[in-house]
Amino acid sequence: MARLSDLSAGEREYLIGRLKDLQGFGTPACVKGPRLADRRIAIISTAGLHVAGDPPYSEATAADYHVIPHDVKSGDLVMSHVSTNFDRTGFQQDVNLVFPIDRLKELRADGLIGSVARYHYSFMGAAPAARLKDKVHALSGLLKKDNVDGVLLTPV
Amino acid sequence: MGALGHYLEAEGIATTGISLVREHTEVIRPPRALWVPFMFGRPFGVPGDASFQRRVLLQTLALLEVTTVPLLEDFPDEAPGSAQDDEPALACPVSFMRPAESGLPGAVQREIADLGPWHARSRSGHSSANPGSNASGLLPAEIARFLLASIDDLAVRIYREDLDRVTALRLACHDLKAYYLDAVLHQPGAGSARAAEQWFWDETAAGEMLLKLRDACTRSSDAALQRFGAKGIVPMRVTIRNRTENR
Repeated sequence: MARLSDLSAGEREYLIGRLKDLQGFGTPACVKGPRLADRRIAIISTAGLHVAGDPPYSEATAADYHVIPHDVKSGDLVMSHVSTNFDRTGFQQDVNLVFPIDRLKELRADGLIGSVARYHYSFMGAAPAARLKDKVHALSGLLKKDNVDGVLLTPV
Repeated sequence: MGALGHYLEAEGIATTGISLVREHTEVIRPPRALWVPFMFGRPFGVPGDASFQRRVLLQTLALLEVTTVPLLEDFPDEAPGSAQDDEPALACPVSFMRPAESGLPGAVQREIADLGPWHARSRSGHSSANPGSNASGLLPAEIARFLLASIDDLAVRIYREDLDRVTALRLACHDLKAYYLDAVLHQPGAGSARAAEQWFWDETAAGEMLLKLRDACTRSSDAALQRFGAKGIVPMRVTIRNRTENR
């Protein structure tokens, strides 16, 4: 469904047009760690999620991150991503479709991951990558203080 | 998304992630990614299908143990029910009465009222897993009043002091559309999410209202409103069919 060949011509052109802005990252670093069953996992979503009442995303705040506590109630999560070009009906029915916090806790209960981080985070995917770099530097310090050694990155 | 993988890994934190656009991930080359063939907005496949979501999640997390990077792996299965989404848009079961004398405001408010019981149904269907709030904080009827007033006057008072005008309009548009689609997808005989979206734009008074808002924004002298009108209201995937000639 999300294959380029399945999309509308407008969507396809837009996504192909973005390719030129995505180059230049080079070979990634590689951090080694314990087996999955011993890792502490945090979710970082780019779905523009936040707790209801927090300031919503806008063009001006596109590169900011929001903090989502591990015990957030589904009813308190909202999505304010600026894009209109993705399905929101699935999230409306089940936040785990975008932010799989309940699934993560189930894996923890089954011993398949070590633990679930105390805090999770969301950016908004429409933010330019270069603007995220400084934010990630600050965020990585917070993740380390939470003893996170595995991050799940989820787009929308 | 892939950029975050590079940045975090460089900071000493191992990452893995979902890829929705394989071509983008091939270029960005994040450390570890699982490409999934699901529609945008559904990175874990299907709402309410915990076992399928768990499979996707576990396969993505398992990549954390990989130390030869970059690695881009493919998830082998389509989302259950996705064939239905790829079918041509089906007719939605709902057909609203549209008394001519009520005008657009009356028609929108009537639709909102008619969908109320089904929206309530959608709220109770997945007890603990659905978001209970919307981003604007407005009720659907309040959203409609704000958007209709904005069509007439884009300088109308904004409903929350902490929002700029474009953000206020955007949240209102998204929340109202979510209300409609959420409700209609819980009616018997509902088609796919894609069909429901096409129905919203082709057949509802609310869709007509948003198209009028789009026109008002694109005519504005404000550059941010123009951008919002051009790209922020009607999704690229939607073809405005029945109405283009009539408005």
